[in-house]
Amino acid sequence: MRIGVPKESKSGERRVAATPKTVEQMLKLGYDVSIETGAGLEASFDDAAFQAAGATIVGDEIWQADIILKINAPTPEEVARLHQGQILMSLLAPALDPDLVQALSARGVTALAMDAVPRISRAQSLDVLSSMANIAGYRAVIESANEFGSLFTGQVTAAGKVPPAKVLVVGAGVAGLAAIGTASSLGAIVRSFDARSEVAEQVESMGAEFLRIDVEDTGPSATGYAKEMGEDFNRKAAELYAEQARDVDIVITTALIPGKPAPRLLTEEMVASMKPGSVIVDMAAANGGNVAGSRPDERVVTDNGVIILGYTDLPGRLPTQASQLFGTNLVNTLKLTTPGKDGQLVLDLDDPVVRGMTVVQSGEVLWPPPPVQVSAAPAAAAPPAEPPPPKKKMSDGTRLSLIGGVAAVFLLISAFSPEPFLGHFMVFALSVVIGFYVIGNVHHALHTPLMSVTNAISGIILVGALLQVGHEDFWVSVLAFIAILVASINVFGGFTVTARMLEMFKREDAVR
Amino acid sequence: MTITLVQGAYIVAALLFILALAGLSRHESARMGNRYGIIGMTIALVITIIAATAGVDAVGEANDTSGSGLMGLGLIAAAMAVGAVIGIWRARRVEMTGMPELIAILHSFVGLAAVLVGWNSSYEKNVPYPAIHDGEVFVGVFIGAVTFTGSIVAFLKLSARISSAPLMLPKHNAINLGIILIFFGMTAAYIATPADDTVVRQTLLGVMTALALFLGWHLVASIGGGDMPVVVSMLNSYSGWAAAAAGFLLDNDLLIITGALVGSSGAYLSYIMCRAMNRSFISVIAGGFGVEAGTVSADTDYGEHREITAEGAAELLSEAHSVVITPGYGMAVAQAQYPVAELTSQLRKKGVDVRFGIHPVAGRLPGHMNVLLAEAKVPYDIVLEMDEINDDLPETDVVLVIGANDTVNPAAIDEPGSPIAGMPVLTVWEARNVIVFKRSMATGYAGVQNPLFFKDNTQMLFGDAKDRVEDILKAL
Repeated sequence: MRIGVPKESKSGERRVAATPKTVEQMLKLGYDVSIETGAGLEASFDDAAFQAAGATIVGDEIWQADIILKINAPTPEEVARLHQGQILMSLLAPALDPDLVQALSARGVTALAMDAVPRISRAQSLDVLSSMANIAGYRAVIESANEFGSLFTGQVTAAGKVPPAKVLVVGAGVAGLAAIGTASSLGAIVRSFDARSEVAEQVESMGAEFLRIDVEDTGPSATGYAKEMGEDFNRKAAELYAEQARDVDIVITTALIPGKPAPRLLTEEMVASMKPGSVIVDMAAANGGNVAGSRPDERVVTDNGVIILGYTDLPGRLPTQASQLFGTNLVNTLKLTTPGKDGQLVLDLDDPVVRGMTVVQSGEVLWPPPPVQVSAAPAAAAPPAEPPPPKKKMSDGTRLSLIGGVAAVFLLISAFSPEPFLGHFMVFALSVVIGFYVIGNVHHALHTPLMSVTNAISGIILVGALLQVGHEDFWVSVLAFIAILVASINVFGGFTVTARMLEMFKREDAVR
Repeated sequence: MTITLVQGAYIVAALLFILALAGLSRHESARMGNRYGIIGMTIALVITIIAATAGVDAVGEANDTSGSGLMGLGLIAAAMAVGAVIGIWRARRVEMTGMPELIAILHSFVGLAAVLVGWNSSYEKNVPYPAIHDGEVFVGVFIGAVTFTGSIVAFLKLSARISSAPLMLPKHNAINLGIILIFFGMTAAYIATPADDTVVRQTLLGVMTALALFLGWHLVASIGGGDMPVVVSMLNSYSGWAAAAAGFLLDNDLLIITGALVGSSGAYLSYIMCRAMNRSFISVIAGGFGVEAGTVSADTDYGEHREITAEGAAELLSEAHSVVITPGYGMAVAQAQYPVAELTSQLRKKGVDVRFGIHPVAGRLPGHMNVLLAEAKVPYDIVLEMDEINDDLPETDVVLVIGANDTVNPAAIDEPGSPIAGMPVLTVWEARNVIVFKRSMATGYAGVQNPLFFKDNTQMLFGDAKDRVEDILKAL
């Protein structure tokens, strides 16, 4: 099959859906690859580079290819150029743009939405939302640093002290974490907030302080994305934002809820309370914006001198790397759907990953897909093979009654037992307890020597046989003789092998 | 010799055994621990031999026992000499990779000795409490026989003389339970049979022994080879209980103490290992566990694996700052521990931070990997446990997986339906690069496909682990 990569038509889009590297990988999968003239120019890949990688450079007939790889969703004109049986892979936003889904279905094409990859571990390598968000988070910090009139890092210089910038990152998804990492490596003081308290650890690992609000845990969501929150939570979060807005220099918001408009986090009053010269990057501007007054793709300066950046093309501002990552995601999708490596694309709809991405198949609308459980939410996951329920910890009461019951049974038995037996039993019981405790914190590496030494010691059974040998009865003596022999093997062999093993366990300095 | 001297010696020996076990818990004291054990055993044996041959002077004339004299001493000396020669010879000759088999077969000797001692004891006349004594004979022989055949099966499985796949008789749990119930019934019958009815008593004892031998065989045969570390540890425990039972039988406190020590410490060790594998302790003891677990359809498509050459691996390693090596049974099979140690020291000379990550159940014996690495003189302070190393794996440049499979399987975490779901694993896939040494794409002991091999950061290096590591050494 032939793969075609057209030039992106969206204005300002600098990325391209293939790079020379991914072209090579697609050729290895058995496909022929065509690139539209000049498709990669903005991303620093010229036609010659694509040609060198093995692609053919074509003009308008690119739309004749069997598989079309694109970054952005096709425009109505582009949809009109698709033909029956063609396969399209690109961003589609099927939840937000049902008209597009209908239009694609009418054309009889098969469409895979690269932004509808289920968030399961196996599908990570296909997920363009993650790979693009990562780049966008980085770029958001760079954009804000560009607008900010001061340094990010704090310094004490001969000309005076430079205070470090304070950065607030709202939403600790992939983009948020990337922004946190970038900002803190520039030297800023970074704080972050996310409705999912379970990401606190990730935030802290990136070098930021996780802001907490005092409200009941919302728990992980079943899809791996954040979900909408309750009243009480929203009120307390608003207080937090208001307080932080007065303090910080840079705010980067990344809050998105899939299939819904972005939540409004910063109100006009909060923006107005910020210091002049502060910068806000609203990474959700395309979906309605997290910040009052942000406009998609625009730089807005408020009356009090706060700069609000609503750029929606943040990944596109790093076109070379973004193209490479997006292209690799596409290649990984092709790997998944080309099991034979023969250039024949096969859609296995039983695979939840493929099922989730396939929005339209040969004109039939398959959106929305059945929900996919993510491993990130083990509590909500209902595995097909029900694992045995975790053992319940015994309550103190049951434990006590159990011990009591055993004790009572034992007392009953002992009432009918001869005296010497009980004496032995006491020795036995105490030895069992000692055995448990004495090896309680044995070092893992010593398990084998410990086992061989206990094995040697259990050769003590030899004592029993020693007392029986030389008995008047001939057969008793014979059996005892054999018993002594085998038990001796045990005793001598066990101790020798233990000593041999321990001889090997040496510290480094002893070896040198 | 007086009875008090014998008892005093036994107390000293018992305390020395406790010290031995305690000493074996730490590296610093381990060698002293072994010596305590040897001293304790020597004291116990010397005193017992004197008591057995020269007789014991107890309180009251009637309780004195006469010794077996020179004849007895000769027999003892002959038997012990033969046993000592065989034992020391085997212990010196054994390859460290053959350690699991040796320990398993040694367990069987304890079991056999317990059976013989029990049988002998059944001929004893004039015991003060015949009913108790009869019961003790049965219990002692039963445990001994189970240990005996169980250990032999474990030995055969470990040395690959029989297939290590679990044997699945229909209703195996019912069979086990049935045998135990029959055992109780026969014990009652044995106690009820008058002492002079020798034929009936002998028959009962013989049938019971045969049943117990079958039970031991069946218990271990129905456990798969991958779970052998637990089995060996469990048999160790059984051999202790057998010794303790013999102690009750012979009114010998030293046997009781020692047997109970070994029994309970072995049981605890098995429990630790079960926890490491996320298995139920009870179902391990009952045999044939893991079969109820759900299975994932084997033909799940995980995509493509990538291969790497030894030269490529050498290049990756020499550019790395930190390397973690996770060995498994495959390293033992290929005898690759020496080249691995050599690789380690070469990389360390270049300033690469090399460490080892050992899964609690890697190999076929608890601590198996540690013994092999120690044999090859890998300093043990760079050999870390799973919990110690897992947090550092995301910061690691290269992980070498040498002959490990199930212990590094992400399916244990990602696939709830997997037979190994929930088992803690080394999260090697979090490292930047993973190189897997493997003979082929076959599955591991658990028979589960390993998605690790298909991860983007994983590369496969096929072939015998030893040859491949040597190739890397050459390339370095």
